[in-house]
Amino acid sequence: MARVLINFPQRAKRGDIIEIKTLIQHPMETGYRLDNKGATIPREIINLFACTYNGDEVFRAELFPAISANPFIAFSTVAAESGELVFSWTDDRGQTQTETRQIIVE
Amino acid sequence: MHRKQRLLTRRRILLVAAGAGLASFVRAAGATEAAMAEAIRDLIGEAPLEPGKVKLELPSIVENGNTVPLTVSVESPMTQADHVESIHIFNQKNPQPYVAVFHLGPRAGKARVATRIRLADSQRVTAIARLADGSFWSDSAEIIVTLAACTEQ
Amino acid sequence: MKALLGGVLGLAAQVALAAGIAPEERRSGYDFAGPEIRAMQDDDTTNPGNLWVLQGETLWAKPVGAASRSCADCHGDSRDSMKGVAARYPALDPTLARPLDLEQRINRCRSEHQRAEPLAWESDDLLALTAFVARQSRGLPIAVSTGPELRPFAELGRELFEGREGQLNLSCSQCHDDNWGKRLAGNVIPQGHPTGYPVYRLEWQSLGSLQRRLRNCMTGVRAEPFDYGAPEAVAIELYLMERARGMSMAPPAVRP
Repeated sequence: MARVLINFPQRAKRGDIIEIKTLIQHPMETGYRLDNKGATIPREIINLFACTYNGDEVFRAELFPAISANPFIAFSTVAAESGELVFSWTDDRGQTQTETRQIIVE
Repeated sequence: MHRKQRLLTRRRILLVAAGAGLASFVRAAGATEAAMAEAIRDLIGEAPLEPGKVKLELPSIVENGNTVPLTVSVESPMTQADHVESIHIFNQKNPQPYVAVFHLGPRAGKARVATRIRLADSQRVTAIARLADGSFWSDSAEIIVTLAACTEQ
Repeated sequence: MKALLGGVLGLAAQVALAAGIAPEERRSGYDFAGPEIRAMQDDDTTNPGNLWVLQGETLWAKPVGAASRSCADCHGDSRDSMKGVAARYPALDPTLARPLDLEQRINRCRSEHQRAEPLAWESDDLLALTAFVARQSRGLPIAVSTGPELRPFAELGRELFEGREGQLNLSCSQCHDDNWGKRLAGNVIPQGHPTGYPVYRLEWQSLGSLQRRLRNCMTGVRAEPFDYGAPEAVAIELYLMERARGMSMAPPAVRP
């Protein structure tokens, strides 16, 4: 499980636009580097990041090797209702890491 | 999302420190500019690409091309009727032209995304927004990438 | 590479007066970094080094080794027990009668008290623990001891800092005492203070130790770098901390 930092206001007023900042530990190996024997180091990146809000997708990002290691993504969403924000990162191997956070909307 | 396999006609091997251990960075010179143009054509088809509404923020010069902060925002009320559907980021000189595609929608509240990108060389980065009405808007930024001194190689 | 060679040959031609930096003129590498790097460091929610700090926090509480003991079992809450520790390392180990840096101290605790295998240099776990401990000294002034037992090691560190080395025949001092603020290969030369370690270096796209950075510098002047944990490496670390005495710690820093 890669380390993750997720940051957003845990309490918000209904209708407020909140900013969500996410950071995940991952080398994002581009597939363009050569090792010291001249062989290409195979590509291994997170290629998809998505956020759902009580089950509805509110943001999705397709990532390419041009995204830096330890990918940082910040985006916004409207604080519509209390509930769960689920963040998922999927890599080239098809494996997904999911993190769930609660939000209280008043 | 389709990804084109480019047959790279010219390759130049650059010995640039690219991280831990001895590693070299393979760069296709010139091929990416054409690939970027084609990728943009794939996206917009015959539709016009208007400058405006989009603001791409990148530093004009960076000490290291590995981690360049990028913020892209689009003027939009982000209502059901009038919102940004997606923002596509392209680059000119990396081995391949795609950087990211952000899918938004009316629940975003505002069309503003920040991330960190890799840039292999000084180049131009382009952001294209697709709005709900099918129109495309864009902004570009030029950035100078300097080399780090005292690397691991 | 050619730019680097051209730049340093120019510097090597200058006569170096290794006078050191006046205390009031000392500035952290933070001051030489661009606004984006500073912004990345300042915001705890976006500083990539914090991924390791977070990992360190978990490791702190995890029992390991034949003794099945966690750091927390002896040291309790790190915010109290580790406060100021990184600011006074490298510190003397009385049993070994030589200074140990923070990484070595952590490994010594592991082998002596947890009866666990030492962690490899630059391994994620060692970086995480070092970052977590160092983080508890953030904002505190560097305060390494000047006791007589450490004197010879600090002197060795100073000699190594001021002595020319490598194919480019340059000393640390020539860049970092005499030419700080000027540019080398597009980057501004900092003064070389260890205030932000372990540091997230953009070049590495990872957190790394001071020893890793020193090895980069030595490779940069085409000298054979010291092995990780070599007494010379620790001596230089000690000298650097002494040279930066009183400056504020800011780990995990972000640097180009």
